Amino acid sequence: MPITPEEVLKIANLARLQIKQDEVEQYAIDLSSIINLVEQMNAVDTKDIQPMAHPLDATQRLREDKVTENNQRDKFQAVAPSAEKGLYLVPKVIE
Amino acid sequence: MHKLSVSQLVDGLRNGDFSSVELTQCFVNRMQKFNDLNAFITELGERAILQATNADKLIKEKKHRPLTGIPIAHKDIFCMYGVKTSCGSKMLDNFYAPYDATVVEKLDQAGCVTIGRTNMDEFAMGSSNESSYYGPVKNPWNTDCVPGGSSGGSAAAVAARIAPLATGTDTGGSIRQPAALCGVTGLKPTYGRVSRYGLIAYASSLDQGGPFGKSAEDCAYMLQAMAGFDEKDSTSLDKAVPDYTQLLNSTLKGKVIGVPEEYFSEGLSAEVKSVIEGAIKWYEQQGCEIKNISLPNTNLAIPAYYVIAPAECSSNLSRLDGVRYGYRCEDPKDLRDLYDRSRSEAFGDEVKRRIMIGTYALSAGYYDAYYLKAQQIRRLISEDFKKAFEHVDVILGPTTPEPAFKIGEKTADPVTMYLSDIYTISINLAGLPAMSVPCGFSDSLPVGMQLIGNYFEEDNLLNFAHQYQMDTDWHKKTPEGFE
Repeated sequence: MPITPEEVLKIANLARLQIKQDEVEQYAIDLSSIINLVEQMNAVDTKDIQPMAHPLDATQRLREDKVTENNQRDKFQAVAPSAEKGLYLVPKVIE
Repeated sequence: MHKLSVSQLVDGLRNGDFSSVELTQCFVNRMQKFNDLNAFITELGERAILQATNADKLIKEKKHRPLTGIPIAHKDIFCMYGVKTSCGSKMLDNFYAPYDATVVEKLDQAGCVTIGRTNMDEFAMGSSNESSYYGPVKNPWNTDCVPGGSSGGSAAAVAARIAPLATGTDTGGSIRQPAALCGVTGLKPTYGRVSRYGLIAYASSLDQGGPFGKSAEDCAYMLQAMAGFDEKDSTSLDKAVPDYTQLLNSTLKGKVIGVPEEYFSEGLSAEVKSVIEGAIKWYEQQGCEIKNISLPNTNLAIPAYYVIAPAECSSNLSRLDGVRYGYRCEDPKDLRDLYDRSRSEAFGDEVKRRIMIGTYALSAGYYDAYYLKAQQIRRLISEDFKKAFEHVDVILGPTTPEPAFKIGEKTADPVTMYLSDIYTISINLAGLPAMSVPCGFSDSLPVGMQLIGNYFEEDNLLNFAHQYQMDTDWHKKTPEGFE
């Protein structure tokens, strides 16, 4: 199923990406060729086959609900593009 | 010194033949001398000399650990405290990791001295190292050729004898394919064997870190330091780590090697095929039984992978939004503009394509047709291997269909590039361990054979590879100009 230029824009919107107008066509071609490759899967009947998420079918390990990490806010915010008084700064969201 | 094996280096250091400072300086000099290869994103020469000075002190006081004083290079995907960790992307060009990845921590504890951070495809997405924000790495065997990817910088660094050991990660072949193309030994462990904590995630259900070295023996020493359970990685498996050097010298007589017919069909270069057949013959002469096997769902691996990996990457990379770390666009007019432009300006084309494929596959109404279907195919591929390992000890075939290709040769069409991972991807889908071992040349470029083992049988793989390397010298060949 080919991906149309309109779909490219729709997917880009969902993925929070901007695609330049003059690149939309090329993305449509490339994504269509990848989807075309992927759809070779349809040649196989997979009815009743259990999907595999982990190679050894391991399940999520649980742990006690206990605080194990120290607060390292200052360290983490040191690499932020913009932070002040322990807060991450972004453009105004609410008027 | 740059030609010595890890065990020779360890002996040399402990006997006082040379100091870690001298050894480290030798590799740092090579790193600077060969910087045209573009194998490194960040050089850590000064820091390394400080580490080496400390290592020498520990050796003198007999407080050394297994790898004390041995230089190593880390792929720029492993977080390293206070050091730029770019993952090959403009997005993280300004990111200095606030903590160490478990792999980095463990290798530090084992005594390794880090000389630099190696170049890689952006966010490990690529098979040629051409998607790096820092430019392509050149293959030391022919600088017009790619080193493979995504761990191309690590493979090139070991091939050029700039580092005796280097870390890599393998999601669809990213250790084995560059190892093959650069003529070095590389191992992808069983999924869950090596901690993923602090390894910047691409496709979490497939990613696995592993070693690059000049030989299987060197990889064994390094894997020993890397492997093991880590409670900080939710998919790490709690299983005892064996002594990886213990089986190296076991006899191969009577062992059964499976040769999958699907790995020798059309698409495989005739020269690579004959080189691999030579390796098979060698094993036969050692008394191994060669068994023809079939992995009938091999052709479905690439289609399934290009749903699973992009789906997981679209989710993993959503955190990169210009708010908490990484690149932020200039003068965002509102929050949405901040997200959109930060991501669009900082991600390269291949990363954008994979994010978009993943977003599409996971979008409302498509989940069953793509992601669920791909997970079912994954089960089929895994069952193929399960059946094969009922009758064989190891599976042997080519690592790649052809030797290193030219820089720029496959960048026009993404799907052409994807096909270079045809023999490696199914192993990640199944979660099995596998390695690439140099076994000859085609057109003056190295060829790698792939050895695939059953779950947690890294020691068995290392045994097969080591025995071969004891009797052949392909792994000792050094590219011209790098002797």
